Amino acid sequence: MTLFNALLALGTLALIFGALLGYAAIRFKVESDPLVEQIDDILPQTQCGQCGYPGCRPYAEAIANGDDINKCPPGGEATIKKLAELLGVEAKPLNAAQEVAIKRVAFIREDECIGCTKCIQACPVDAIVGASKQMHTVIADECTGCDLCVEPCPVDCIDMIPVADSVERWKWDLQAIPVKMVE
Amino acid sequence: MPTLFQQIQAGTLWDFHGGIHPPVRKSQTSSKPVAQLPLPDRLYLPLRQHIGVAGRLIVAVGQRVLKGEALTSADNSMTVPVHAPTSGVIHSISQHTSAHPSALPEPVIVLVPDGKDEWRERRPLNIATSSRHQILERIQDSGIAGMGGAGFPTHLKAGMQQPVDYLIINAVECEPYISADDALMQEAPTTIVKGIDILCQLLNPKAVLIGIEADKPIAIAALKAACSQREHYYVREVPVKYPSGGEKQLIQLLTNKEVPAGRRPADIGIVMQNVGTAFAIAQAVLDDQPLISRIVTVTGETLRQPQNVLALLGTPVSALLDFCGFQSEAQQKVIMGGPMMGFTLPDLAVPIVKTTNCILAPTRDELPDNGPELDCIRCGQCADACPATLLPQQLLWYSKARDPVKLQEYNLFDCIECGACAYVCPSEIPLVQYYRVAKAEIREQQREALKAEQAKARFEARNARLEQEKQQRLARNQQLAAARQQAQPNENQAVAEALARVKAQQAEKAALQATDSAKDHQQILAERELKKQQAREYQAQKQAAAAASVADRTPASTSDSSLDNKAAAVAAAIARAKARQADADSSPTVEQTSAAEPTTPEAADPRQAAVAAALARAKARQAGQTNSTMAEPSAIAAEPEQQDPRQAAIAAALARAKAKQSVTATVETTVTEPVAADAVAMQEDPRKAAIAAALARAKAKQSATPAQETAIVKPAAADIAVTTAQQSLAPDTGIQPDTAGNDDPRKAAVAAALARAKARKAQQSTEHQTTEQQLSEQRDSEESKTE
Repeated sequence: MTLFNALLALGTLALIFGALLGYAAIRFKVESDPLVEQIDDILPQTQCGQCGYPGCRPYAEAIANGDDINKCPPGGEATIKKLAELLGVEAKPLNAAQEVAIKRVAFIREDECIGCTKCIQACPVDAIVGASKQMHTVIADECTGCDLCVEPCPVDCIDMIPVADSVERWKWDLQAIPVKMVE
Repeated sequence: MPTLFQQIQAGTLWDFHGGIHPPVRKSQTSSKPVAQLPLPDRLYLPLRQHIGVAGRLIVAVGQRVLKGEALTSADNSMTVPVHAPTSGVIHSISQHTSAHPSALPEPVIVLVPDGKDEWRERRPLNIATSSRHQILERIQDSGIAGMGGAGFPTHLKAGMQQPVDYLIINAVECEPYISADDALMQEAPTTIVKGIDILCQLLNPKAVLIGIEADKPIAIAALKAACSQREHYYVREVPVKYPSGGEKQLIQLLTNKEVPAGRRPADIGIVMQNVGTAFAIAQAVLDDQPLISRIVTVTGETLRQPQNVLALLGTPVSALLDFCGFQSEAQQKVIMGGPMMGFTLPDLAVPIVKTTNCILAPTRDELPDNGPELDCIRCGQCADACPATLLPQQLLWYSKARDPVKLQEYNLFDCIECGACAYVCPSEIPLVQYYRVAKAEIREQQREALKAEQAKARFEARNARLEQEKQQRLARNQQLAAARQQAQPNENQAVAEALARVKAQQAEKAALQATDSAKDHQQILAERELKKQQAREYQAQKQAAAAASVADRTPASTSDSSLDNKAAAVAAAIARAKARQADADSSPTVEQTSAAEPTTPEAADPRQAAVAAALARAKARQAGQTNSTMAEPSAIAAEPEQQDPRQAAIAAALARAKAKQSVTATVETTVTEPVAADAVAMQEDPRKAAIAAALARAKAKQSATPAQETAIVKPAAADIAVTTAQQSLAPDTGIQPDTAGNDDPRKAAVAAALARAKARKAQQSTEHQTTEQQLSEQRDSEESKTE
């Protein structure tokens, strides 16, 4: 009899807590996977598709589902390191052979542009302005350097040029400018 | 307990944490009058000399400009223009080494002075009658940016909407060597106070605090005298300590307030302006003289005459040094700014800009190079010296580890880069450089993050737009479809009407036909008769088949009478089968013959027919057995219905045999002949036509595997079938023996032609077929023939 009582009590508790958990699972359901958001925030958002996915978010989702973290050349080692930290996995070397260390932006040689609008359609961030049979140009500030416009150009008038070093972006050189002190 | 304001009024001073006392070395220059620099050959005017964005160029190369004329225009609030410091011609607009630690090239306007120093028209403002907006506009248009070092656009600070408690005028000038502000205060205290008046008009503060280091007694006296008429102007002597001139440090010194991390002084009701800025404001508003020159301390032991000079903006550093008797030594360093926070110039062509307060050309003994950097010994002197109460040793640690999170946790961005920590460091670690690098990296990361955010937003916006366009397109298509459907009911009606008309016509026709019903009736009757006959035949066939199966097993025990009936039935069945075959592939003329046919076998000797049929069956069975294992079941399970198959098998066998003969006999016949022969044959005898067709099919199959060993079985079987079938068929149809003789060559020709065609086709398609496939195909075709 005592055994029965114990079983009954435990069973009742199990039912209550099960129902509670079940309700909580529905009531406090997290809409989207926060991990995907976190991964997406780490990715450089160039939307270049070099990872094999159509944009950064799909790759973030793929990583969340167990894909490799070393498929993002624009992000480079820094991104891989961050992803490894976030996901608690081993940081792997970059998948692609060449690492895109230098930031680059697209540049249209405007004399050669025939105004076909193909690059405009290819640009994932709408950073190219122009119209049919009108010269196109790249908004350098918005260009993510994804290379996607280079391929469709029928006259090969798009170059990827390194971003010029500016005073704002300049990083101090430890060796060149030592602090001067007065005795 | 007195309030803060009372304390300030009483002249209380507070202190800030840390700080150092480097040798000041200001006496070389502070007591001398400010010298006027002669016009240089060229002026290099960077488009951007402040924090913010460069103005828009409004001059062209070759254009003559007057002194004080704007060269760029300020089209947004973060922009202040640059002006021509003297009259002259724009020589070029090009890249030139910037007055920045990076020395990266920057766009500059190169002005060649014409020596006339001709002013543009000047319109001084009357501050009593001018609006606040007018004054602020004048300040911006005069290109005034913070002259203490940062270069923040002054009109933004002066135009602040927040209530301001204290306006602090920074005249501390704590860095060693520099005495530019000191000289300015000595020279023009009244103009400075006028500038402060203007600022007070704009900001309306409770009190103005002027902070001056105690080592500038002449300047203090001059300013005190100039401020004597203003009640709420307080000149405060602050003790000599580096870096009391720092914005946050001075605020703490004078008001005991601390600017929270990441905030600006305005957030605690304080605005700070440099004394030089106040002077520039007064000049701009009262004299309409834009910021075109400034006092620069040119000092160092390599100079014969270290002094303060009034230099036009854009004057190359080399011109200043030459003016002061520069005697360069080997590996001479020239520093822009003070020894603590300045930077070494890579090139003496760098121009003086709005924020340049000192050019220092020290000897090696005066300012020796840093010794080699040693490891941090964690002595903590840097933390003691830090005026921002940071932990420099920790920051160094994390800077080396490149850990941006930790660096920000340790408030790296509160570091004012004063260099006090590096000054006290016994290991001679250039701490500030590490912090600068780390800051630049973090800023870069933040910039990247921001850009990534923007790119993401743009990407999503683009996707949304594409999706919207798609939806619109879809909606438009649907609309069009709906419109089309709306238009369609009329069409439908028209169609319905047309259909109705057609139906009416048909009905009329039917009515007309009804009148000829007599004929139709006869036809129907005939058909019905035919059907009845067929039914009877079917019955007979059934019986015959049963009898035949018995006869097959025990041929001797059959009686004559039953045999007769059976024979007749069999003949009829054969005839029907033939007729059907003929029906399948011949014209109406055949139908007539088929209709007539049932009578012919009956007319012929029933017994002979029966015998022929029996023979044929037997042979067919033999053929079936030898032919293929698959054909066997159909032959053995010889149910009544399978008489037809047997016959078909016979026909097929015959056809194959004939085909073989014909192939060997007549290969070379023309194509036109067979066609004619075909038609003739068809007319002559449906059977022949059927045979021809069967022959063709068989040939096709044969030809599919003409040379393959597996196919040998078939001809062999066919041979057997042929020899017997020919014999059996000869008595069966009385016509055949005669006609066969005449028609044989023709048929053979037809068959040959057909066979050749089929063979070619078949060869192309079925060269790789396996034996099994052949067998199954054979079976298939045989089955199809039976049907």
